[in-house]
Amino acid sequence: MGFTDEDRVRARAIIDRYPHAKSAMLPLLLLAQDRDGWVTPEAMEEIAVWLGTTPALVLGTCSFYTMLKREPVGDLVVSVCTNIACLVNRGPELLDGLRSRYEGDTAIMVEEVECIAACDRAPAIQINYEYYGPVDTTAAVDIIEQYRSGALQARTISGSSRGAK
Amino acid sequence: MAIEETRIVTKFLRDRPQDSWEYAVAREHNQAYSALEAALKRDPNELIEEVKTSGLRGRGGAGFSTGQKWSFLPAGVFPRYLAINADEGEPSTFKDHMLIEGDPHQLIEGTIISAFAIGAHHAFIYIRGEFALGTERLEAAVAEAYKNGYLGKDILGSGFDLELIVHQGAGCYIAGDETGLLSSLEGERAMPRIKPPFPAVQGLFAAPTVVNNVETISNIPHIVRKGGEWYASMGVNKSTGTRIFSVSGMVERPGNYEIELGMSFRDLIEGLAGGVRGGRPMQFFIPGGASAPWLLPEHLDEPLDMDRASELRTMLGSGSIMAFDDTVDPLLVSWRLARFFAHESCGKCTPCREGSSWIEKVLYRMTNGLGRPDDLDLLLDFGSNIVPGLNAPFAQTTICALGPSTMSHVVSLDRCFGAEIRARLQKDFDKRRSLEVTPA
Ligand SMILES: Cc1cc2nc3c(=O)[nH]c(=O)nc-3n(C[C@H](O)[C@H](O)[C@H](O)COP(=O)(O)O)c2cc1C
Ligand code: FES
Repeated sequence: MGFTDEDRVRARAIIDRYPHAKSAMLPLLLLAQDRDGWVTPEAMEEIAVWLGTTPALVLGTCSFYTMLKREPVGDLVVSVCTNIACLVNRGPELLDGLRSRYEGDTAIMVEEVECIAACDRAPAIQINYEYYGPVDTTAAVDIIEQYRSGALQARTISGSSRGAK
Repeated sequence: MAIEETRIVTKFLRDRPQDSWEYAVAREHNQAYSALEAALKRDPNELIEEVKTSGLRGRGGAGFSTGQKWSFLPAGVFPRYLAINADEGEPSTFKDHMLIEGDPHQLIEGTIISAFAIGAHHAFIYIRGEFALGTERLEAAVAEAYKNGYLGKDILGSGFDLELIVHQGAGCYIAGDETGLLSSLEGERAMPRIKPPFPAVQGLFAAPTVVNNVETISNIPHIVRKGGEWYASMGVNKSTGTRIFSVSGMVERPGNYEIELGMSFRDLIEGLAGGVRGGRPMQFFIPGGASAPWLLPEHLDEPLDMDRASELRTMLGSGSIMAFDDTVDPLLVSWRLARFFAHESCGKCTPCREGSSWIEKVLYRMTNGLGRPDDLDLLLDFGSNIVPGLNAPFAQTTICALGPSTMSHVVSLDRCFGAEIRARLQKDFDKRRSLEVTPA
């Protein structure tokens, strides 16, 4: 847990890309999330030092964005859209189906999200930000289970390819 | 005459060999970076004039003249920045990530030309956090562009330097507002800022900044290659060129269609997207993203013209159309939109922060048979504190346009279905009354 020296080198490279260090806030929070599976208070404190700001300001930014999780959420985030195209194409049914199927499962978090810009494939979902749609509960469960078993390789819970960064 | 698309920015991604987007393919099949080569030999001001001549207007929502926006940068003030808005959060819009995934080099080329025209040496593509594949692809394409000498120092020997940074967001609609985007890019909550000063004068870290949408910028290489006159020869009135419309909801063939502006809603929805599914009658459609006031089947023969849309008191907004059949409850759609705006309100301005959640609550009871007879009028009454006058083009008491958007579907309910809804509320109320037990 926590940043390694290798992460610190990467963090420095990210900061150096920007004309102003503070722009690196979101990329560093996403990096921290991929490292620990969520954004820990310790990570926010260290990011504050790197960016020359306060932990409160880092928390203030972090808590504004829905993709940044401030508690452990498991290995797979399943985002189910119920905005209007999905609403009229059985999105709410899909959400209920997936919620009851994975209730109490600590490895999989099912969350209701706003339009994920796949309205032409409604009802649409993302599994660690990989798109699927249109799907029903059975099809979605089938894909989720393939990720769980490793038959499909999932992105991180921030959406980056494993090993890519 | 057959109804057809006019493909300019979508040409390569539709015709490309089997899902390939890489530099070599884009170069061979789509003359990628040939417009940049030509642009770098020209005077930057001449390029701005060319874009003005094209009549190109922003594809992100507000429809402002792109060339004019570029010319607002104060002379002699540096550094300057260019930020490409790839946040695409407006419900029902899904064209920008298609452009990014399918043809990232077109966007990168447009970005470099635009940065050269305005004199920026740093450009950012702010991409919505949820676009994992888009981010990956864009990063790979940017790396290819660096490798081939289109980015970095002394681009193609022109003496022009540019660093291009792909910046991934982390999930929030309001980062799509141009000033919210800049706050986010500064490492803050994506809270919008009051204008003036406009970003062109004081934007990112208080430096002059141009913010443009992905589709807007993807058009730039074509305008440079073929000329502003050519672009302006397409379209209708002050809506020149083509636009991609994301068509979805309950249509036979949902998807993105690039058409010459001026085509009718009917040709787009029925001709290209196949009309309402199963041949059912259309009840209403939303012509420009969740923030746009609704239209009725009687408007289907109107042209896709940004100024005509304003006359109809709506907008083409983010370039999307969602159609609903006669089985859908308009109140349910309105309530779901209200919930969206309540969730996405950043909390900075009181009318929007407080108003958006009240609208959601009242619509919830209206939708679920618990409404009071004057609930629609109640909404219109307190909504006019967010949107004085209640009508598009919207006035606002908030810093950004999310405020008026919280009311545009309510205004639509009144305009399109006012009498039915009032009758329904009365009926629900009477029914509840009749069930009340009178004490003996
Ligand atoms: C709440 C809100 C959300 C917005 N979301 C987007 C968006 O996702 N993408 C976009 O390009 N413009 C969006 N806009 C419009 C931008 O503020 C801005 O007008 C646009 O990016 C400018 O680029 P253009 O002139 O090329 O259209 C949004 C505006 C508001 C008020
Ligand atoms: S409404 Fe569900 S993806 Fe757009």
